[in-house]
This record gives sequence, C-alpha cells and structure tokens, in this order.
Amino acid sequence: MENRKKVKEFIKSEFTDAIVKEDSFRDQDIFYIKPDSIFEICQAIYENDDLEMNYLTEITALDWLGHEKESDGRFEVIYVLYSLKYHNYLFLKVHLSESKPIVKSITSIFAGANWMEREAFDLMGIVFEGHPNLKKIVTADELEGHPLRKDFRKKYEVPVFSWNKDDPPEVIN
Amino acid sequence: MINRKEITLNMGPQHPSTHGVLRVILELDGEKVIKAEPVVGYLHTGIEQQMESKLYYHAIPCTDRMDYLAPMSNNLGYCLAVEKLLDIEIPEKVKWARVILAELTRIKSHLVWLGTHALDLGAMSMLLYTFRERETIVDVYEACGGQRMMTSYIRFGGLAHDLPVDFDKKVRHVLEQVPKGMSDYEKLLTKNEIFIQRTRNVAVISADDAINYSLSGPMLRGSGIKHDIRKANPYTGYENFDFDIPVGKNGDAYDRYLLRLEEIRQSMRIIEQALDGMPEGPYRAHVPGVVLPPKEDILYKMESMIFHFKIITEGFKPPVGTVYMPIESPKGELGFHVSSDGTNKPHRVRVRPPSFINLQALPKLVEGRLLSDVVCAIGTVDIVLGEVDR
Repeated sequence: MENRKKVKEFIKSEFTDAIVKEDSFRDQDIFYIKPDSIFEICQAIYENDDLEMNYLTEITALDWLGHEKESDGRFEVIYVLYSLKYHNYLFLKVHLSESKPIVKSITSIFAGANWMEREAFDLMGIVFEGHPNLKKIVTADELEGHPLRKDFRKKYEVPVFSWNKDDPPEVIN
Repeated sequence: MINRKEITLNMGPQHPSTHGVLRVILELDGEKVIKAEPVVGYLHTGIEQQMESKLYYHAIPCTDRMDYLAPMSNNLGYCLAVEKLLDIEIPEKVKWARVILAELTRIKSHLVWLGTHALDLGAMSMLLYTFRERETIVDVYEACGGQRMMTSYIRFGGLAHDLPVDFDKKVRHVLEQVPKGMSDYEKLLTKNEIFIQRTRNVAVISADDAINYSLSGPMLRGSGIKHDIRKANPYTGYENFDFDIPVGKNGDAYDRYLLRLEEIRQSMRIIEQALDGMPEGPYRAHVPGVVLPPKEDILYKMESMIFHFKIITEGFKPPVGTVYMPIESPKGELGFHVSSDGTNKPHRVRVRPPSFINLQALPKLVEGRLLSDVVCAIGTVDIVLGEVDR
C-alpha cells in the first residue's frame, strides 16, 4: 500500500508535464501518459531501485473507434508494470491518434516486451519504433490488415452462391 | 578436409515433441544450436475477437478452448475479471468450491505436463501412469459440469449448477489416488540417471533473465524467485489456506520438474483444507439482472423466469472501464483485461497468456546448447499451443 503511494508520487513529481490524467478504477492505479514520454517513464521506474518495479506484466492495445472524443485518440496502449517485492500493479495508458499510431518500443528495457509488442502490432496495427523484429506473429502471412481493429470486419466478403448471385446479401458488421 | 558449414533446420510445426503446432527455425553448427527462432500462429483462431462479438455470458465457453488442459482456471480468470468489473460479492461456498476446482485443474495440468515431458525425454511409460491419475480428476469434472474437458462450469457470480451430491467423495478419491501415483513417478524419474542427465543444467535461465523476460509461474519460481499470485494478491479466498510456495535453485529443467511435483503436493494440501472447511450456502450470488437465478426457481417463480430469459438474450451492461485480473494458472500468470464501453458486449477481451510469454524465452534457453536439449526446453516451458496462438 505504501509502495503504491510512493510510485504515484514518484511519477507525479518527476513527470508532471507528461501526465494527461490520473485515474483510479476498481482499485487500479492508472496514469494516462503522453505518447512521447512513455519510454522515459518506463526507464525511470525500471532504474529506480527504491520502487522495485522491474517486472513488465503485459502490453496490450484497445481500439476506441467511435469514442475518440471521450478518449482523445482512437488507440489506447496499456502497459502493466508490477513489483515482485511489494506486489502492486501500475497501469500506464497511452492514447494514439488514428493517423499516427506510433509509440517508442520498450524492448531495450524489458526483453519480455518483444512478443507483446509484436502481437499488438499484428492484431491492432500499433507501430513500435525501435523494435528489433517488428513483424506479424499470430495471424497468417497472407492476411492484410489488423483483425482486432473495429473496422476490420467491413472488409469481410460475403460468399456469393448460385442462389444469391442476383441479390447478394448485405455486409453485416 | 572437413567442410564446416552452418545449416538451417526447420523443426515442426508437425513435430511430436513440440506439443502441438510450434515451429522452431534452428541454425546449427554441427549439433550446436547457434540461433533459434520460434514461429507461432498455426493455431490462431481469433478467440479474442470472437469474445468481442458475443454477450459476456456467451463468451465463457471460448475461454475453455484456450488452455484446454486447464479449462477451469481459464473460466475462473474470465469470471473473476467480469465480477471485478461489475463489482459483485461472491458467496463463501462458491469461493471454496472454486479453490478446489482450480487446484484440481493445477494437478491435472501438471500431470499431463509430466507425462508428455517424460515421453519427450524417452520415458515412455510415464504418460500411461499420469493419465491414470488424471482420469480421476476428469471424473470430478464430469460430475460437476457434465463435460470431461470443456466444462464451462464456473460462471459469473457462482457456478453453473450446485456441486454434485458425491463431490466430496469423488475429490477425496482423487486425494487418495494421486499420492499413490506420485510415489510411482518419483521411483521412475527422480533418481533416474538418464532423466537427470537429460534435464540437469539444461534449459537454464537465471533469476534476472527470468524477470527481464516477464516469465511467470514455475518458470519464474524455478529460478529461485518466490512469487505466486495466490499469496501475493490473493483472489477467490486463497488467503484462508495454508500452503507453501516451492522454489528452485539452479533454474534448470530438473528443478522445474521437482518444483511442479511439489506444487501438486501443495495443491492437495489446499484441497484437503477446503474440503474439511467447506461452508454451506447458495451456489450463486443474488444479484438480480446480472447473475442467473437458481435453476430450481426458474421452474416455479415468474420473476426468476423473466430474469433468466433477459440475462441470456439481452445480457447485462457493466459500467465503462477496463479491469485487469491476474490469476495463478498452472502455467503462470493468466490475466484477463476486460474492457467495457457500456454495452452488453465486451469492448475488448485481452488474455495475458502465460505460455505465450514464457515461450519467448526459448532462444535464451537453447542457444549454445545441443540440438537434443531443444526438445527438453520446449517441454519444460509447458506450452499449450491453443493458448499461445488463441
């Protein structure tokens, strides 16, 4: 509990300009961060021996298509950091615009970020700058696009058969 | 003159010891591995996207299909995440029943791991013995959920049905059979010279590397880091039970073998405590509009019937927000991100798959070692490709 406060104060004092919003939902400490400073924040937390937050639990991405106004930017990348000593989680969130879904890779800090970033790139189309091997990981090589984007299914082809050749069905999203 | 040349060898995706459809591209110098690159995705079925297109309730069966060796853990993780999002209270009896089921799942998953891992290393008979004990656990599953593998037994706010009448007897039968089997495995493997030669100082990872690669579960504990989410951030009532977290010393495959055997013993300890202290009470929370009413009421009460119909067809609408709920699955930290946009379908369900993230350390485990150690390294990570690819 004390360490949670310490982490929050550390981010608030060291990176005042980088914080867009501070939030808490269901007992989770959430910070919304500007995309340019996520690398520096992760590095500072990792290198701070006092906080003992050196475990990257997870990186994932969300698509808020249709909710851009509330969330200021279409894509959201979530970084979950964890302290193996004090057992507290920290959620860092970054909002990225539709035209420029680019964020700096943190693979040089956490080796475990490699596949997590590749998966976010593959399924959601977030580009991680400086990633050593940013290529598709789970989907087929032939597949174009990023399947977890909310507008992906519009490209879904409805099969045309002899019985619906003249009257093809509407595309259902 | 000897012609020394590096060759590239493609292992898998149809190789029996890759536990499914994993492909590893190996660069070899003689028998030494210079570079290894795991290639995954041959079993990608888009489960995360399927879950987005279903109501919260209807997405539960999808979770079974990810880690099909530990279905109850996956049900539990997803249900806890949605319960956290909804912020509902769970009856005590349900919590204790969930602990028993989750621990049975851990034993079951570890038994399959032990059988297949030993099979990879040439101890053919182990698989037959571990499946003998696994069968007793699958019988408990069948009595509970009606299914032997894809149970979908754990639901939001409780369980699908009440526990079967002979639940206690059946679980106690497991507790009798598994220790008998364990002594067999120990006789066959623990001091087996061939097994020790194949596993000791093989697939070694240091504690610092294990943390840096975000490893979890037995892979992390094998390197000597005492971390278990059941103790660190107790969920579903684990704080009521007394158990130890085994840790390894050297971080090699043999340590992880001993560690998983010890985990089976600790799981049995937890189950025994839970059976002895099982409280009485309802098998589902009473939260109208979110949790299904008890099955008996549906037949006799009008309101229950309406609620049941509405929850199944329309679903419920959780508040806007994203939650992350980690649990200690047999393979490591299984986390569910469930994001709601206020509608009756999840906006995004993201799974933190433990074996996917553990697998990315495979190059670290095998580079500079012999080709035959690759088989041991894949086995010791304990991957399930259904979960890796989703």
